[in-house]
Order: sequence, then structure tokens, then C-alpha cells
Amino acid sequence: MEYIVLAVNAILVKNILLAQYLGNCPFMGVSKKTDTAAGMGMAVIFVMTFATFITWFVHYYFLVTFNIEYLQTIVFILVIAALVQLIEMFLKKSVPALYRSLGIFLPLITTNCAILGVAVLVITKDFSFLQSIMYAFFSGIGFALALVIFAGIRERFEISHIPAAFKDMSIALITAGIIAMAFYGFKGLDTSLKSILIK
Amino acid sequence: MKKSLFQEFFKGFWEILPPFRLVLGLCPTLAVTTLAENGLGMGIATTFVLFFSNILIASLKSVIPKKVRIAAFVIIIATFVVVVELVMKAYFFPISQKLGLFIPLIVVNCIILGRAEAFASKNSVLRSAADGLGVGLGFTMSLVLISSIRELLGQGTIFGFGVMWSGFEPFGFMAQAPGAFVSLGMILALINLVPKKL
Repeated sequence: MEYIVLAVNAILVKNILLAQYLGNCPFMGVSKKTDTAAGMGMAVIFVMTFATFITWFVHYYFLVTFNIEYLQTIVFILVIAALVQLIEMFLKKSVPALYRSLGIFLPLITTNCAILGVAVLVITKDFSFLQSIMYAFFSGIGFALALVIFAGIRERFEISHIPAAFKDMSIALITAGIIAMAFYGFKGLDTSLKSILIK
Repeated sequence: MKKSLFQEFFKGFWEILPPFRLVLGLCPTLAVTTLAENGLGMGIATTFVLFFSNILIASLKSVIPKKVRIAAFVIIIATFVVVVELVMKAYFFPISQKLGLFIPLIVVNCIILGRAEAFASKNSVLRSAADGLGVGLGFTMSLVLISSIRELLGQGTIFGFGVMWSGFEPFGFMAQAPGAFVSLGMILALINLVPKKL
């Protein structure tokens, strides 16, 4: 039950893109077509879960043991960059089909702040190992969901008339605001789920 | 045509003003702009990192091999971010608590990596310093602008001073996530109305 609350929280209530403001560069950058958005979403779910898995171990068994937690930022970004590179090489060699669909998104993911953000967030929230992995996985799903919805709406912009000043980014941001408003409505869900949990 | 040092500095204020002209670094722009004070703090922290990483990258550009340049840039940027993080925790504790997660996330702010790749890795140290300072201060200016508007409408104050009339009902929406997206979109549209070259 605890994990259901965690999942609902990560996907809908505290959606990483729309409520926590993480990962907005790819959100604006690769949301012009639904299929590229879906590819990016998949790549993010994959890398986010994997990166959190590794950084959790690095934090508790390396940084804490040697008492150098202040180097967290620099160590985490290096681990994530190396990990993304490894995943890219591994996929290229062994799963070329998957590489063709996700490959181009992988280099972009290193500078996606959602990945580093979630890795740091699970440490600040003192999550256990299993909680961290679940949180990262569901945050990734939340990211993919918001990205695909947004790309679906953005495709429509091609055929609609938009005032010149609002073209491209401006209208995209306002649309994102309206989607964020819709997701804001899920706040009630969180409270009711928690009350069930307490009973 | 080469720009003078002065022009290199001032282009960050209008021509490539982030995040409006250079649509990068949206996460901090949306996240920390609920209060003018937070916007200013974030802007100054980013300026510091951008200025010093630009100088260091420009001076090391002949030593860094082409193939691993992105990794090298990220390490240089991350080092300065750790410096900022520790300094803010030591001397500006309340604001560092408010900015929280977004201080370590300066590492992945695309503006800094973007300037390193597009400018500092190709230009002299002096030019890169001017560019870093200009773009950083331009970013600070934009953050203060957005956060002042959001604070004014969301809470009726600017930098904590009440400026609205007494019966003013704060517009709670502006302080929340949807308000961040909508207000940034509106300001972007307004700025698009003004031509790039003045």
C-alpha cells in the first residue's frame, strides 16, 4: 500500500515536470512529435531508475564511509555521465534495435536535470533503497506521461493559427501551465490516499 | 566582424538574454522565482559559476582533447558549483535552504554548458570572461524580473516590501507551478514583440 501511495504521488501529485520543475529543457526541446517524445520518455525511465540505483550505493557506501558527502554533486554527475556512456555503448553492441530507437536521446540525458535531481532528492528525503528505486521509476513514468500528453497537444499547433509573438516557446509554456493546472487537481487524491493508509 | 569586449559583455543583456532569447535553463527559472529574493540569489550563484567556468575553460581550451571536452567541461563546472554550495551553506544559510535542490542542479543548467561549448572553447580568456559575466548578469536580471512579477501578484510584495493597496487579494495561482509556466510564457511573448537588434 505504501508503494501505491508513492507511485500516485510520483506520477500524478508531485509530477517531476509539472510540479517539481525538473527536466524542463527536454520537455520543451523534444516535444514536437509524439513518437520522439515517447522515445525520450522511455530513455528517461530507463536511465533514471538505473542512475538512482547506482548513486544510492555510491552515496551510502562510498561518500558516507569516507565522510566526503560535500562532494556529492561532483561525484553524482560523473557517475551519471559515465553510466549514460556505458549504457549507450552496451546498447549499441548488444541490443541494436533498442539503440536505434533510444540512441539519439541518450547523450541529451546527461544534462537532463531530472536525473540528477531525483538522485539527489532520494538522498535528501532519506528514502530506503527499495523506496528510492520505486520513486525513481515512477518519477520516470510521470515524466514520460507528461511529455507524451504535451507533445500530443503541441502537434496540433502546426495546423492552428497562433499570433506571431506567441509562436513556438511562448505558447508551449502557456500550454504547459494549463496541463500543470490539470495535474494540480490530483492534490486531493494524495490526501484521500493517505487517510486510507492511516486507517 | 569581431565584436569589441564591451559588445561581448552587453550582448547578454538583450541580444542573447537568457532565458528569453536563449531558451535554456528553464528549470531554475520556473522553480525558484516565487520570491524576488530567491531569484536574485539564484542569479548571482549562476553568474559566479558561469564567470569562473568560462575563464577556466577558455584558458584550458588548448589542453583539453576534443573527444572528452564535454566531460571536462562538466567537471570544471561541477567544481565551481560545489564551491558555491559550500559558500552559500556557510554564509547565506536561509537562502540556501530555500533554493535547496536547485543549487546542486546549477551543474546541469544548460546555459553554462552552452556558453562553454559555444563560446569559451573558441575564444580568448578576456572575451570569455566578458561573455560569462554579461550572460550571467542578464540571467540574474531576467530572474529578478520574473520573480518580482510573481511575488507582486502572488503575495502583493516585492523583496518582502508590501507595495499593493490594502484591499489587494493575493493571486495564489502565481505562486504555484501553473503560474510559473503561464507567466514565463506571457513575458516571452511580450519580449518577442520587440525586435532583436535595437
